[in-house]
Amino acid sequence: MRMALSALGIAIGIAALVGVLGLSESSKSDLLATLDRLGTNLLTVEAATGIGLGSGELPADAALMIGRIGPVESTVSISAVDASVYKNDLVPAGQTGGITVQAAGQDLLDTLAGSLTEGDWFTGATGPYPTVVLGSIAAERLAINATDSQPQVWLGDQWFTVIGILSQFDLAPDLDRAALITLTAAAEYLDHDNVPTRILVRVDPDQVEGVVDVLALTTNPENPDEVQVARPTDALEAKEAADDALTSLFLGLGAVGLLVGGVGIANVMVISVLERRSEIGLRRALGATRRHVALQFLGESLILATIGGVGGVILGYGATFAYATYKGWGVLVPTSALVGGIAAALTIGVIAGLYPAIRASKLSPTEALRTA
Amino acid sequence: MSELVLSVDNVAKSYPLTPPVHALRGVTFDVEAGELLSVVGPSGSGKSTLLHIMGTLDLPTSGDVQVAGHWASDQSDKQLSALRARHIGFVFQQFHLLNGYSALDNVADGLLYTGMSSGDRRDLALGSLERVGLGHRLSHVATELSGGERQRVAIARALIGSPSLILADEPTGNLDTKTSDSIVELLEELNAGGATIVVITHNREIAAKFSRTIALKDGFIESDSTMARAR
Repeated sequence: MRMALSALGIAIGIAALVGVLGLSESSKSDLLATLDRLGTNLLTVEAATGIGLGSGELPADAALMIGRIGPVESTVSISAVDASVYKNDLVPAGQTGGITVQAAGQDLLDTLAGSLTEGDWFTGATGPYPTVVLGSIAAERLAINATDSQPQVWLGDQWFTVIGILSQFDLAPDLDRAALITLTAAAEYLDHDNVPTRILVRVDPDQVEGVVDVLALTTNPENPDEVQVARPTDALEAKEAADDALTSLFLGLGAVGLLVGGVGIANVMVISVLERRSEIGLRRALGATRRHVALQFLGESLILATIGGVGGVILGYGATFAYATYKGWGVLVPTSALVGGIAAALTIGVIAGLYPAIRASKLSPTEALRTA
Repeated sequence: MSELVLSVDNVAKSYPLTPPVHALRGVTFDVEAGELLSVVGPSGSGKSTLLHIMGTLDLPTSGDVQVAGHWASDQSDKQLSALRARHIGFVFQQFHLLNGYSALDNVADGLLYTGMSSGDRRDLALGSLERVGLGHRLSHVATELSGGERQRVAIARALIGSPSLILADEPTGNLDTKTSDSIVELLEELNAGGATIVVITHNREIAAKFSRTIALKDGFIESDSTMARAR
């Protein structure tokens, strides 16, 4: 029983190590797949905000200017509209639900690699009219989950028809809280000037750095300081780095588990040496050398640790498999984690068994036989 | 009866306690091949110390012991282990069987440190158990056997390698009179088959059953008598 619990301690420690390494690898591979899908060649240009940094607006012709940079493949302007959206005209003006109204270019969906859960994106037929596509969170807050019945919302003191609901944006999470209308509709119905507040830029993947360098100056030649350029995929990578920190924490916990398991094994072995003194005496009488006795106890400690190690690797792999499958990631447990898990268990087995083994081997045979 | 199996030469053993304990004070005797003798004495007379020294489990403070032609003082710890593995069989009062193992495995363990293969050891163990009359108890684990049967298993284990010398430490100490008698008979049978056996006991009745008795008292040999006794 004591032995089983000690082996379990090792197993949990190893399982934690293997599981954490496996999960972080699996999620990393998922991130790489996400980045591949989204592309790391999307840049956003925004007016810098802060004291002394201008109006918060980009020059009206910025998109045109940016489009002239060689490696730029496409640009989309987004303009924040000073209006609010409500479920109907009876909702008090203060209860905006935190939903913003943004006028966006036709290419937004493609540029952001976004998709819809319901309805359609703007077409030439719907775009110029009072129609709106809701971000995922905005739709939730307006309690709209289908577009079949052509629901309407009260936007800027008039009715707009909801034609589509977006799925979550990985690269522009703030748009999840937005009600999107076309630039044409914004100008027509809301009398909006359509000065861009943000421009999305797709560039040649090999020349991203070069474009970043010139983007601010091109956007606003007079005040390049008032322009903020960012790469949204950086945010995802930063998030992953934060996860890495968590991974280290769990690895540390796994190491503590191993330590506890190791101390448990050492404890069990020390007790075992005390309890089996007469056996040690007998074995010495039967012709066992000190080495034989030491190796026997060391071997037993190793067996315990190995059982724990193998069990832990299986447990850790199983947990990774289950969680990764549940999350829809590819299962990826690094071989180094599997081999390292077993190796760590063996090392602990040797270290934990060494002291009891030496103690057993140093026991005088006559003394050992006397304490039967 | 001429080959010398055991030679105890002026052996003394002291333990550095306060005051020092002199367990043995110059004990000398020889045992020839094929002898069956008892070493008898009250507790504290030095019997156990003598057994440990004869069995090379302990070394004398002065003097020396020769077993099967090897002087103990000339041997390294490793060589002494090998000497015990090949030439000395032990039988203990507490049997010292490994509880989770069958009688056969316990007996086979008698050759564990000789380098013999496990198959050969089990074959020999089978023969050895049959010699002590336990051919029908091979697969019983130690805890399923009676006291007398356990001691027979222990004797079979001591016997398995046909050692030059069998040392039995109070082999009947934990057994009732009837079982004791049967164990003594078994030892006599084995001796008749050629085994050299030294029985250590505090029981003079048991000791008197053997042809030679060495009586110990306070670390000295009080008497070494070869009694006329009909076989």
